[in-house]
Amino acid sequence: MTRDEVYDKVRNVLVDALSVDEDEVAPDARLTSDLGAESIDFLDIVFKLEQTFGFKIAQGELFPENVAQDPRYVKDGRVTSEGVAALKDRMPHADFSAWEKNPEITKVGEIFTVDAVVKFVERKLSATAAAH
Amino acid sequence: MWIDRIVELQPGARLVAVKNVSLAEEHLHDHFAADAAHGESALPVMPASLIIEGMAQTAGILVGHTGRFKEKVILAKINKAELSRDAGPGMTLRYTATMERFDPMGASTTGLVELLDHARGGSFGEIGRIDLMFSHIDQNMAGVEFPEHNFVFSESFRTLLRTGGIEAHF
Repeated sequence: MTRDEVYDKVRNVLVDALSVDEDEVAPDARLTSDLGAESIDFLDIVFKLEQTFGFKIAQGELFPENVAQDPRYVKDGRVTSEGVAALKDRMPHADFSAWEKNPEITKVGEIFTVDAVVKFVERKLSATAAAH
Repeated sequence: MWIDRIVELQPGARLVAVKNVSLAEEHLHDHFAADAAHGESALPVMPASLIIEGMAQTAGILVGHTGRFKEKVILAKINKAELSRDAGPGMTLRYTATMERFDPMGASTTGLVELLDHARGGSFGEIGRIDLMFSHIDQNMAGVEFPEHNFVFSESFRTLLRTGGIEAHF
């Protein structure tokens, strides 16, 4: 599957899950602040990606959980360097460069972009292909 | 409750419930009341929002049963709700909820709404589709603690399960 094909399918998932227009789903659009995603929408997106691409997504694989509750990872409203490293490790599909300059926990949603979802799907598809 | 009886359960897959719409329900007197000023007579119909609630209860029981009623199941999202016909007094609604996905975090269901108009006879006919998402709130409301007992599935739900012949211990 080409990147354009993956992108088209991811866009359809997001249009369906978030009731947004196709042209709003730009690669750098953030799921929460630009596309209005709320917490339950992330589960909806996971279910729809599984259905569309035929792979299984483990809990916390696409959108890591419980970072905000871990005292090692958050101090004074900011994600610690240990926390940033943990996020990067768990989300190799995301681009942290803009957010990590000022890693406030309330803005961690900024890293969940359309492009991050596309990259996640590409990695999953190539891992699935390699396994066969 | 917005369903009267569970009529079929395929555990983890499908639950069917019926609701008899009755003129004894007071909300039908206001929805819609006569408007003498505009010369309009009363039009008692089941509000669409309560049809959605009926499907939410049907699908919610299916999701709860699948998780052995260990999880507190909360309606979190209406993915789709389309209804093409009103349901009035003396008609019967039938809700069929089908499990699409079930996972530790929550579940998604698709739903078929059918109507039987007893005055016309015949059989149930489709009048809409309602697709829903449910959250297992203990798994999702990070850091928020809820009482241990399952307050979602109250005595009324237990009664429905019992009258539907479904064994449930919680």
